[in-house]
Order: sequence, then structure tokens, then C-alpha cells
Amino acid sequence: MEVFVQQLINGITLGSIYGLIAIGYTMVFGIIGMVNFAHGDVFMVSAFIALIAFLIVTAWLGVSSVVLALAIVLVVAMLLTSVASWAIERFAYRPLRGSFRLAPLISAIGMSIFLSNFVQVTQGPRVKSIPPLVTGEFVLFGEAYQVTLSYKQLIIWIVTAILLAAFWYIVSKTPLGRAQRACEQDQKMAALLGIDVDRTIAITFIMGAALAAVAGTLYLMYYGVVSFADGFTPGVKAFTAAVLGGIGSLPGAVIGGLLIGLIETFWSAYFTTDYKDVAAFSILAITLIFLPQGILGRPDVEKV
Amino acid sequence: MAEDAKQLQPDYAKALKDAAFAALIAFAILLPMVGFKTVQNIHNALVLETRFSWLAAFVAIFAASGFLNSLYLVPWREARARQTKARVPGKISQFLSRRFAPFALGFVIVYPAIALLLAGTGGSLKWIDNFGIQILIYVMLGFGLNIVVGLAGLLDLGYVAFYAVGAYSYALLAKTFGLSFYALLPLAGILAAFWGVLLGFPVLRLRGDYLAIVTMAFGEIIRLVLINWIPVTNGYAGISGVPRPSFFGIPFNASDDGFAATFGLPFSPIYRTIFLYYLILALALLTAFVTLRLRRLPIGRAWEALREDEIACRSLGINTTSTKLTAFAIGAMFAGFAGSFFAARQGFISPESFTFFESATILAIVVLGGMGSQIGVAIAAVVMVGGTEILRDLDFLKQVFGRDFDPAQYRMLLFGFAMVAIMIWKPRGLVSTREPSVFLKERKVISRDLVKEGHG
Amino acid sequence: MTPSAATLLEVEHLTMRFGGLTAVNNLSLTAHYGHVTALIGPNGAGKTTVFNCITGFYKPSEGRMALRHESMTGENVSAADLDLLTRRGERHLRRKDRALYLLERMPEYLVARQARVARTFQNIRLFAGMTVLENLLVAQHNPLMKASGFTFFGVLGLSSYGKAEQAAIEKAQRWLATIGLADRADDPAGELPYGDQRRLEIARAMCTDPVLLCLDEPAAGLNPREKADLADLIRSIRDGHNTAVLLIEHDMSLVMEISDHLVVLDHGVKISEGTAAFVRNDPKVIAAYLGVAEKDVAKVEARIALEAAP
Repeated sequence: MEVFVQQLINGITLGSIYGLIAIGYTMVFGIIGMVNFAHGDVFMVSAFIALIAFLIVTAWLGVSSVVLALAIVLVVAMLLTSVASWAIERFAYRPLRGSFRLAPLISAIGMSIFLSNFVQVTQGPRVKSIPPLVTGEFVLFGEAYQVTLSYKQLIIWIVTAILLAAFWYIVSKTPLGRAQRACEQDQKMAALLGIDVDRTIAITFIMGAALAAVAGTLYLMYYGVVSFADGFTPGVKAFTAAVLGGIGSLPGAVIGGLLIGLIETFWSAYFTTDYKDVAAFSILAITLIFLPQGILGRPDVEKV
Repeated sequence: MAEDAKQLQPDYAKALKDAAFAALIAFAILLPMVGFKTVQNIHNALVLETRFSWLAAFVAIFAASGFLNSLYLVPWREARARQTKARVPGKISQFLSRRFAPFALGFVIVYPAIALLLAGTGGSLKWIDNFGIQILIYVMLGFGLNIVVGLAGLLDLGYVAFYAVGAYSYALLAKTFGLSFYALLPLAGILAAFWGVLLGFPVLRLRGDYLAIVTMAFGEIIRLVLINWIPVTNGYAGISGVPRPSFFGIPFNASDDGFAATFGLPFSPIYRTIFLYYLILALALLTAFVTLRLRRLPIGRAWEALREDEIACRSLGINTTSTKLTAFAIGAMFAGFAGSFFAARQGFISPESFTFFESATILAIVVLGGMGSQIGVAIAAVVMVGGTEILRDLDFLKQVFGRDFDPAQYRMLLFGFAMVAIMIWKPRGLVSTREPSVFLKERKVISRDLVKEGHG
Repeated sequence: MTPSAATLLEVEHLTMRFGGLTAVNNLSLTAHYGHVTALIGPNGAGKTTVFNCITGFYKPSEGRMALRHESMTGENVSAADLDLLTRRGERHLRRKDRALYLLERMPEYLVARQARVARTFQNIRLFAGMTVLENLLVAQHNPLMKASGFTFFGVLGLSSYGKAEQAAIEKAQRWLATIGLADRADDPAGELPYGDQRRLEIARAMCTDPVLLCLDEPAAGLNPREKADLADLIRSIRDGHNTAVLLIEHDMSLVMEISDHLVVLDHGVKISEGTAAFVRNDPKVIAAYLGVAEKDVAKVEARIALEAAP
């Protein structure tokens, strides 16, 4: 029982990170129907930005308050990752909009290769590790049951919840969110009604990247390590989460993220860690084959 | 008129503004990654080193290119866009698709001789092996994937799985049962085709990007199984000592009944390399020939029709599932052939050779070549694979950038960049026309703007 | 028109529901050999849904659609056989040169291949990037596949495939001559003018040798001259190829001119059926088209007549 509860806590933590990344996939797919293959690498880049920002803030500026340091790092990572993502959209994807369908996909794959190798070249191929930022934990249900909720897990839950709430507000209640939904339905019509489609799409990329940066910062804080190759697998898992939840659906992305996180931790705890990635990929394949619209997506009716 | 004159005037103020903007963005993006380097000190803790001079140099480069882009490139492109509205599609691609093939074929046949003449026995090894054989493997894989993506319009991001099936089938069967390369080559192809059908069956009703993602997932699953199924595959360590192909029974070794001794030649590794070169050339040409044949048969036409409009195909009584499966299986079969050749050539295989990156490379070659065009695929393979191979030995760059500079490190970086750049330059690929499979009076090329790219 | 023509297709109690929406409700109709049967009705009446059910693209929620292939001598499968097949749960029943198919049990490609029902689409579905000739060869896929030994012998160059392909090309040329596109065989289908594309789609459907041809708004977007050609083409198909035609069309003058039998749909329900003359004067039909209640038809007509008068 305590193993179960402990894994539940770990799974929700991991799932929160996947969910944050998944939103970027689901929003971009929703608005321009493109799988942004480089999104996992944007996440990895953001973790590196967080790493460097953290070293600057602590070692150079001498900030000793963990909460303040974390807040600064989070803001810096979100800001710089957003700029990077804006530039990627502007130069690698926007020129290809409305052309050949495969071109943006290939461009995104190329961008993914470029980003991971850029980090490898500039920061070196070795795994980077930092000392634990936040230590300490709550012991739940008394000492007898060895179930702990660490402070960093709690931070991840709280930050994720706050950002998702803010984000949900933007998407559902503001004119920007309305513009996004309009572009999703029909870009030409949206443009005729005076919506700046290019700008709306760029903002969508920026929002996805900002959330990926949150995930990257939290990932760095949670695991304390990051390497240039850490973009692909979390990226694919987050994409799986987006598909599982129903691509295009924001709550779906979060639910999918939590499910993938839970499945992964329970699989590792009860079966074997060797095949945990096989499990994730199998879920992706099975979902797409048997439930292509996902849990919360709309079914796609074939038009004859 | 007045407006035209105004546009011809270079707008320096705007160019400066663009330059400043480019510099600002470049600064923001590059500040953490280029401006700082994380290194471990002697206590194994991470510390930062600064590289502000590098940062300044990069920002200056971006500012300059922003300036020049705004001043020259943008007006030039706009002017070109205005006048090329009525341009006839693809003079170059027509030349490439119609007249270039014989020259290319002649060149690849005499290529080992040229390499031998220019670089000698020792020096040509690299040119024939690293460039010739390596590129031809990708040409063959490109031809194979071209059937699936280019003709049938099915987006397959897991093609490397079938390459892996071919390689492991050959390696395991040859080591376990001692069967020869020539017996196992067709078998590896059949096994790969079998896997193609097995994986294809559940996924082929999916469309577009979904199909791409599921095939990618299958590719990764197969790679992860190869890593984790240690009793059979030996995991990450891979399989070594894979038997090499013989010269139709005569082995390439220094023994008395080896190839060199049999033909009264001094022993040299170059004979095997040359033989392997012609072997993969023959396999690639076989793939090209079969594909050409298939295109003119009903099945090939059904593939292309499927790419154009699946619903219309079904209304004409075409079983789209079996048609798609055939494309998948035949594409997989050629990957299986290429895989068993790869295993036999290397003598060693491990899961590292079958990553998602390989699938992406092959797909990039097909798309860059111009989907459906064989000569385009061949040229794209030369550019993408040959280009990154050349970067391996640009040692003179070390003299420019210092001894720590390793050009090989930049291979993948440039590869990724090239993929993006080429897509923006030519989103429809190098050969942007389609040749009809049959004609009555005149073989007219068809502009790619009319040709669809398939749903799945 | 022969009034006693044999029944080709018998649709009984066809119902198609999408979620809560009933697109077609309890529709019955028959199509006869050598007849043009028109399916008319206001937009959204469910006509194309009926086509999609008959051609197998949709699985109907309820109903039976029996299609009979008669023998050379005009013999048909008996009613007892139809009951037998229905009970057995099978797709088709073949008696020497006669056959019976239950279309609702067949996937769309078998409806086309075995039951030989061909169709065109409202929004033209040609293979735009392939030439006109290629389009007509794709339509002959199944016989050509057989001739190429299901590709195996074709790749090896072993079979008499060349001869079969030549025959297929000749058949395509005959159709091109019929629709007046003989000199455009090597052009991409996507480059043809709109009217030519419509006719090419019909020729492509005819290259499958159908017994039933379903045309979904073939006259949409055509000019009067092209419409007249189309009427001739449809008549020649009906009379010359032992093919029944099922037609959805909004151009009433064309429909009235070439149809032997009309079925009128409104909101998924059959509201009238009969000859052109009968349907034209049926108040129910007029009400449906004018969008008024049946009892008000006379009033509205009177007003129109009044307004039309100088």
C-alpha cells in the first residue's frame, strides 16, 4: 500500500512535467496542424538556460534565498526560451506555412537535430549535475508508513497548478485565446475578421515554449541533472500524453501527462525499468490505433 | 513609377533597425549558451566560464546578416517574386529527371577506378568506403522509402526498423547457422517485409502525422527491444564478428584460397571494398529498376492514385488496405536488403546504428530529393550523407580555429541546419516535377503543384 | 423507356443516423436497368447520404439494399434467394451468370469491384497530379492487376500484361473520344477546365464497367452548352452500356429532361415519387422547395404568378 501511494505521488510529479510539455504540442497542433518535433529539444534547451541562470544567480550574484533564486531562474528561463521559440517559428516554420505538408515536419526534425547538437557543441556532451536545490520532505501517515512527499515535489505541484490556472484563464477568457480558437477553426476567415494570424500563431509557440521552460526548470530542480540528449525521450512522452488526452485539447494534455507519468512510475515500480520506454511507446501506438481522437478529443468523421 | 523608384533606393534606416533587432534577438538566445560554458572544477562542482568574445562575435554576425538581408536580400526576393509568377516549372528538375541519369550511372560505375587513380590503393579506401558505399546505402534506403512516402504518400518515420530487422536477421542467422550472405540476403528482405506487413496492418488506416508518429513509435520500440533483449541481441554491446560476404564463395582474406591468392594478386583490403561497392551499387540499381517497373504496373499506379485521393480509389474498387500494405512491405523489403548488406559490410552491428535519427535522415533525403523522383533521391543522398562525411576530415580547420577544434563535432549541427535551410529553399525538393507512368503521344512533365502528397 | 424494365437495385427502409441526427429516414426506392432514376430534393435533404450508403462509404443504421446482376437472357435472382441470403448473413449469392448482392454488408471497394456500382463525387475527385490517361487506367485497376499476375509476373516481365494494358489504353481512348477529350490524354487531369473534369470523372467511373452509375450533381458549375452535352452523355450511357443511372441534380430542367423516374427527398424522408410530370405538379414537392407548409402552396403560387405578371 505504501509503495502504491508513494508511486502515486512520484507519478503525479513526473506527470505534471509531461503535462506542461504536452500543452506546447497540443496547442501548436491545434492551431496549425503540425507536430512540432523540436518541442522536446526546446524543453531541453530551457533546462540548460535554467542551469546557467541558476549558476549565475547563486555563484555570481550570491542570492542565498532558495525561493528567490528559483523564482528568478524560472522567469529568466521562460523569457529566454520564449525568445528562442519565437525565432525558431519565425525562421524555420513560418516560411513553410501553406506550402507542402511534409516540409514543416522535416524542418522541425532538422531543428530538433540542430538544437541538441548546438547544446552539445556549446556546453559539451557530458551530463551536467547540480547539488540538490531543495531538500526536506513531509512524512505522510506517520513514521510507520515510509510515504514521503518531498518539498520539491510539492513545489512542482504548486507551480504547475498555478501556471495551468493562469494559462487556462488566458486561453479561455481573453481576446488572445479567442483569436487562437478562431485561427484553429479557420485561418482564412480569422484573417478576414481582422485577426493577425501570424502573430497569433507566434504567440501560441511562445506560450508553449514558456510552459516547456517551466517544465525544464522543474525537471532540473527535481532530478538535478540535464544533458543535451534529454530532449527526445521526454518530448516523445509528452507528445504521447498530448495524443492520449486528445490532441488539440488542453485539459486532455494535462490528463494525458498525468496518465503517462503514472503509467511510467508504476511500470518501473512493479515490473522492470528496462522496458519502461517501450511501455510509453506502446501506449502511444495503441492509443493512436484504437482511440485516435484520444480521451477528450473530438472524433474525426471522414468526409466523402 | 515613383513608387518603383522609391523601392530601388536602399533604405538604410530600416536596415539598421533590422540589424539592431537581429542583434537583440541573437543576444538573448545566445547569451546563456554561447556566453557561458558550464564546466566541472576539480571538486566536481559545476562552475561557469565566460565566452563573451564569442558571444560578441556571433551577435555581430547576426547584426551584419540582418543588415544585409534587409538591404539586399529582401528587395531582391520581392523583385523575383513579382516577375516569376508565370515561370515555367522546373527547367533544372526536367534536366535532372530526364537527361542526368545516364551521366550519373556512368560516373558511379567508374568511380572506384577514378578513386584508385587519384588517391592510390591506400588513399582510395576511404573514398570508396566512406563515400561510395556509405552514400549508396542511403541511396538504396532512399529508393526504398520513396516507394512508401513518395509514391504511396504514406509518411513513415520508423523506416529504420526494417533496416535493423534486415541487419539483425543476417547477423544472427549467419552466426548461428553459418549460412552464406547470398542465401540470407533474400531471407532478410522477406523477414523485413513480413515485419512491414505486421506493423503496417494495424496502423494503415491512420492518416497523416498520426501515421508518422505511430511508425516512429514502432521504430523506437524495435530499437529498445534490441537494446533490452540481451540474450539474443547482446544489447548495447551489439553483435561482432558478423561474417563478411565472399566473392561468390572465395573469401577476401590473406589465405591461400583467398581472393588475392586465387587471382594472383598481392593481398590488399581494397579488393573487398571495391567488391562491396559494386555489390551495394547492384542492390541500389535493382531497387531503382524494380521501382521503375512497379510504377508502370497497376500496383504502382494505384499507389500514386492513393496518394492523390484515397476515397476516389475506393470508389473505383481498389482495396486500399492491401495496396498500402504492399507499398509498406516492398519498401521494408529493400530496407531489409540494405540492412543485411550493412551488417555484412561492418562485421559489427549495435542498436546505435538504428536510431530515430537514421529514419529522419532517410526521410529528409526522400523529401529533399523531390518525393517520387529517383534521381532526386540519389542527388539528395550525395549532398546530405557526402556533405557530412566530408566534415569528418576537414583537418585544415584546426589550423584556423585552434587544435581543440573538432570539425566532426559540427557534423550533426550542420546536418540539422541544412535540413531546415533546404526545406525553406526548396520545400518541394530538388526534382519538382512528376513523370507520367504512361503516355499516348507526348510525355509531358507534371508540375508538383498539382501533385498531392497523400493523407498518411 | 421500357416500363417493365427489370429491377437492378432495391433499397428498402434505409435509415442513416449520425448521433442524434437522422439524415435519411425509412427510405425505399428502386432503380431499373436502362433507366435514369433521379434523386432530388432541397439542400440538406440527405441525397448524398443515400449515395454514400449505396456505394458502401457509410454503413446504414437500418435497411436492406439488394442489387441484382441479371443474366444475358434477362433472368434474375428470385425473391426466395433474396430471403435466403438475408437470413444467411452473407454478402452475396451467385447463381451461374446471375448474382445478388446486399450492399449494406459490403465495404465500399467491394461494392465497386463485385457489385459493380460506380460513382462520381459532388466535389470532383480526380487524381489531379496524374494524366487523363492514367486516371482512366487506375479505374481499370482490378482487371489489370489480374493480368499482371498480381504484380509478381509483371515485375519479372513474364506475363501477357502488355497486351492487357494495350487493351485498357484502347478502352480509355474510346471513352476519351466519347467525352471529347481525345487530344488531352497526356495532360494532367488537374489542368483540365472544370466541365471537362466533370466528364472525365464520369468516363473514369464508366471504365470500371458498372451496372449502376451514381452521379452526384454532375451538372453543377456547367454552362448550358456543357449541360446539353452532359444530358447526351448520360442518355448514351443509359442506352448503350446496359447501365442504370442514379442521379442527384439540382438543375431541374436537366433532371426533367433525362429522368425516367424521380424520387423526392426532404429532411431525409421520401415525399414524392413518379414521372417528371407527376413530381413537378405534386404540391408536397412544391412546398418542400418553396419552404412553406403544404396547405399554403396554392396561396404562394398565386402570389408568385401575380408578381410575375407585368
